[in-house]
Formats: sequence, structure tokens, C-alpha cells
Amino acid sequence: MSKGSIDRRGALKLALSAAAGTVAMPFVSRTGLAAEPIKLGSLLDGTGALGLEGKRMIETTEYTVDLLNKAGGLLGRPIQLIAYDTQSSMQLYTQYAQQLALKDKVDVIQGGITSASREAIRPIFGRSKTLYFYNTQYEGGVCDRNVFCTGSTPAQTVNHIVDCALKNWGKKAYIIAADYNYGHITASWMTKFMKDGGGSVLGTDFFPLDVTNFSSAISRIQQAQPDLVLSALVGANHSGFYRQWDAAGMKSKIPVGSSVFGLGDELTTMDPSTTNGIITCYGWYNNLDTPATKAFVSGMQAKFGADVTDLSELDTATYDGIMLWAEAVKKAGSIERDRVTAALESGLSIDSPTGKVTMDGATHHTIRNTYLAEPENRKWKILATFPDSFPADTGGACDLIKTPRTNKQFTPDLKG
Amino acid sequence: MDLVGLLAFNVLTGIATLILITLGLGVIYGMMRIINLAHGELMMLGAYTAVMATGAGVNIWIAMLVLPPLVVGLIGLILERTVIRFLYGRMMDTMLATWGISLGLIGLVTTLYGNVVRGVSTPVGSFDIGRYGASLYSLVILVTALSALAAMFLLLRFTKFGLILRATMQNPRMAAALGVQPSRIYMATFALGAALAGLAGGVLAPISGVSPAMGAAYIARAFITVLGGGPAIITGTGLASTLFGSINELVSFKTTPVIGDVALLTAAILLIRVLPQGITGRYLRRSL
Repeated sequence: MSKGSIDRRGALKLALSAAAGTVAMPFVSRTGLAAEPIKLGSLLDGTGALGLEGKRMIETTEYTVDLLNKAGGLLGRPIQLIAYDTQSSMQLYTQYAQQLALKDKVDVIQGGITSASREAIRPIFGRSKTLYFYNTQYEGGVCDRNVFCTGSTPAQTVNHIVDCALKNWGKKAYIIAADYNYGHITASWMTKFMKDGGGSVLGTDFFPLDVTNFSSAISRIQQAQPDLVLSALVGANHSGFYRQWDAAGMKSKIPVGSSVFGLGDELTTMDPSTTNGIITCYGWYNNLDTPATKAFVSGMQAKFGADVTDLSELDTATYDGIMLWAEAVKKAGSIERDRVTAALESGLSIDSPTGKVTMDGATHHTIRNTYLAEPENRKWKILATFPDSFPADTGGACDLIKTPRTNKQFTPDLKG
Repeated sequence: MDLVGLLAFNVLTGIATLILITLGLGVIYGMMRIINLAHGELMMLGAYTAVMATGAGVNIWIAMLVLPPLVVGLIGLILERTVIRFLYGRMMDTMLATWGISLGLIGLVTTLYGNVVRGVSTPVGSFDIGRYGASLYSLVILVTALSALAAMFLLLRFTKFGLILRATMQNPRMAAALGVQPSRIYMATFALGAALAGLAGGVLAPISGVSPAMGAAYIARAFITVLGGGPAIITGTGLASTLFGSINELVSFKTTPVIGDVALLTAAILLIRVLPQGITGRYLRRSL
């Protein structure tokens, strides 16, 4: 036997001391660090089809939590970020949502990108009574006391695109949209706004997310001869539409307005001839000429590198979600769900890169600035500013102060 | 009348696209009985080659039509030498191996270039069919597809290499007895199939979003067309593409792309039910 081997007694001692150490550790660390961290859970797609958008949102989450921790955390406690990459898979969303709510027992959840993912995890947090923030521009209408939505909604954005189109282009529209809940509901809002403005919709086509060939769609649009096209196409495959539209020479004939275009990196990867002139409307653009915007962009670039040039509303909404929650925690002096919710419903506001953002207590949506812009040679050209837009789509139907037990998503009424 | 013209043009483009994405798969499956599940990813590599080359300042036509087949053909050669050649005659194993290759390639490209959608701008403009505008680039696709088909036909029918190739596929032992090295021929065939996939990727790059997972959008249609075509690669690919391409385009135009795909699949199921060996399993059996 060699000298280096461990005898039985030695092994026993080692095991005992290790076990004692493990048992003692929590007490040591608790007394050592004084306060237990507040847990913030994050569910975003860092990889897969939505990785492009998700990556920046994940970075924003880290950036914002860092900001809060550098300022001393909340209620004297540091914030611990528990983040899972949902890999653009619905199954992982539900799986990790359960894990965050039941195993990690986080105090708040920030996340979800597509409307499909939000609807997959919303009921889980409702059951586990975990506060949930959905920080994406979306089709509007979610009315659930446990959920706060910080992104812009159609009444704040799409109606401005439609107004601009009706004024400058004509009365006849053709709608093309992605074939899932976001596309369908956004298309109904587009239809409603067109009709309200005295226009008409010649046709509406939906495309599953894996469609790459738009030649038949482009022929149909040409046959219908609309004055403008409204697009709610989503994702990598659908970006082919804009290229094929340009290639068919339609770009100069029929203008396009879009509710999603430019949230990813379209401006840096597509040719200016393809992107120029597509009308969009979001709650934030990364070249807004305000100190808050510049501070946000340069802060992100300092942390994640100078190539962070494609920030969008998805990122500032993520920032808003975390900051609004932090503000509410400070006001409530607690991280308990009911007290934080009450604080949020009291008309809390924060200063965000987009300007002042106020949480509307009745709808759990934000009152915020929105902007109309078009790409011009890889930069956004801001055409108009709409200060303090109210989420009128959700606000028309949803009042969580009066009826806190509501739990549904309101969609536009097309009969009226 | 203008509309008929536009529709006819779209149908032709649809057929040409199907021919392009199918031909490479057809060569590998039809000749070697290897189900190449990495076909879509080979196309993706072709598209990336085109994007990278144009980014580096290479002439767009060379970047699209010349470089992708060369680069992807070479990658195909390497894959054949390192993986596929050990698995000949084991269909399930080759399926698993090529599936693994496909996942590996997606991961590799994502790591190297990021999960980003890229693209090249279309090099040519548009033209008018009566009142309607159509993309001149569709004409490029049409010409490329037909040239690829014709070139494959000429290669197999009139060259010595083509003769040896066909002989090896029909009876490798006999070919070996006559002094041909079947392993060399298999290697060349796989590289040729990969090169054709690369060409398809390069040509389609300007009109589609180029991303690591783009192959998935094409692979199913390519397989259906190969199976529908049957054992004669060129005639089969041509006929099946014509049938499925027309059905898909016309139904998509009349209804929606979803119903168009449903119609394509229904047609494929009916076809396989009636002609289990594909079109050329029953008709034109002696064609190429």
C-alpha cells in the first residue's frame, strides 16, 4: 500500500467535517451577507428562431438588474437574477415557468417574447401566484390582475401607422400577417382601424412561420391592387417577403406599413433599397435624440460591446418592466405580490429611455410615448411623436380596479 | 390575360425552385440510396457561402452560382470521406448520421456567425407582365434550374464518367470486376449531390432570409418530390417538380399558402398510393 492512500478513519473524518461544513454553511452565509437576495426570474429565448430578439432582451435584463444592484439593491437586499434560456420552444417555456415558480420560488417573473409563449406561461403564474411582467410590444387586450404588460399595443402604434397610410397613400389596404394569435389579433386591429378611418380592406392572408416563398401572395396582392400593404409578418423566414417584394419591383408601386418590422436587425442586414420607407410605429427607437436614450444605448454598449446597435422597443420595455417593479417594491416596502400590485396600480411612473412611462392601474398596461418612423439608409427617421399614448385597445374593455377577477384577453369587435 | 401570364410565370418559378432544391437530394438518394437528412443544411451552407462572398466583395454572380457549389461540394467530399463511407448499405445508420451532421452544421454556423438572418440583395430588377410586376430574378432561378437539369442529363447520358456512374449504381460488384473503384464513384456522387444542394442555396439566398435553421423550411418538400419522382433521377425530379410545383402555386394563389401546402401533400399521398415507386417507377422507366 502506498503512503498517499486514505485509510478508513481518515475518510470518515473527512466526510464528517464536509457534512458539518455543508450544514453550517447557510448560517455562515446568512450572518455574513446580512440579507437574503430578492429573486427575479427571467424567461427569454436566447437561442433558436427568436434568439435574435431574445439575446438583446437577456442582455437588457442583466444590465437593468446590475443597475439596481449597483444602486444598493431593493429594501437593502441584493437582487439575484435567475434566468433560463427557453430556446424558442413552447415546451421549455412551461417547464421552466414551473421551475421558476415552484422550485426557485422567485419573487417576480419578467419575460416571454411571442404571444404564444405568454399564453403558455400566464396560467402557470396565475396558479402559483407569482407576479408576472410581459415586456414586448404585442396585440393588446390581456386583462389579468397578476400580469403587467409594458410594451406598446395596437391602439398606441398600429392606429398611427394606419392614420399615416390613410392620409398619404389611399383607402384600400391589403393585410398580410403571421398565422398565430399575434398575427390574427393584430390583423383584426388593422381592419378595425382601417374601417374606422373610412378605408377598406381588400384581403387578409395569414402565413405560418415556416413559409419562405411569397410569390403567390405577391401575385394576389397585385391582383387586388391595394393602395397599401399592412404587414404583421414575424420571424426569419418571413423576412423573405420584404426581399421578394422589392425584387418584384413592388416596392416603388405599393407602400408597406408594418407592426413588427425593424424590431430585430432588419436595418443592418437588409439592403437599404428593401427597407427604406417601410412605415413603423414603436414605443422607442434607438436613435431618439434624448439624454435617456443615449445613456441607455451607451450603457448597454459599455457592458456588451460596441456592436449593440440593434436595440429596439423590446429592450426598453424589458428595462421598463424591471424598473416599474423595482419602483413598486420601494413604494410598497415589500416584495409581497398583493402589496406590490397595489403599488403598481396606484399610477406609478418611471423615467425610461422612451420618456415618462406610467403604469395604468385599470388595464395593467403602460401610458407611454410612441413614435412613427421609417428606415432611411440603415437609420430610423422619426416622422412623428405621440406623447402619453393611452392603451385604448385594452382600456376600452378592461378595468382591473373595478373587476379584479377578470382573466381574459380582449380582442377587437369587428361588427361595430 | 395579364394575370394568366403572371400566374404562368409564377408556376414556372415554383417548379424551377422545386427542381433546384430537389436535384441534389435526388442524386444522393436516387443513386446511392442514402437518405441525406443534412440536405437542407448543405443548402444553408451554400447560402452562407454566397452571403459571405458578396460581403467580401466578390462579384455577385460568381458568389451565387460558382462558389457555393464548389465550397459545398468540397464539404460534401469531406463528409463522405469521414462519415458516410463507413455506412453504405445501412439506411437507418446513414439517416441517423446525416441527421447528426445536420444538427452539427446548424450549431456550428450559429456559433460562427450567430443566430442572425442575413441576406444578399437581388442583383437584377423587375419587369412588367401587362399591369403586373414580376421579379427578373425568378428568371435567373428558372434558367439555373433548367441548366442544372440539362447539365446532369448530359453528364449521365453522354460522358464516360456518367456511364461508369450509372453502371456502379446498377451493379457495384460487376463494375468493380470491370476495373472501376466503386468507393471513388460513391465519393464523387456524394460530392456532386452536395454541390447541387450548395447551388440551390446560393441561388435562393437573395430571395430568402439566410439563417442557420433555414434548411428546415425546404427539406420536407425536397423529400416528397424525390419520392414522388421515383428511380429515374432527372426525369423523375422534373416530372414530380412540375406536378407538385403547379399544384402548390395555383392552389396557394386561389386560397392561402397553407392550403397550397395541404394540396401538395395530398397530391403526394395520392401519387405514392397509386404509384408506390414514384412516377418513373411505372412510366418512362428506362429514362435517366
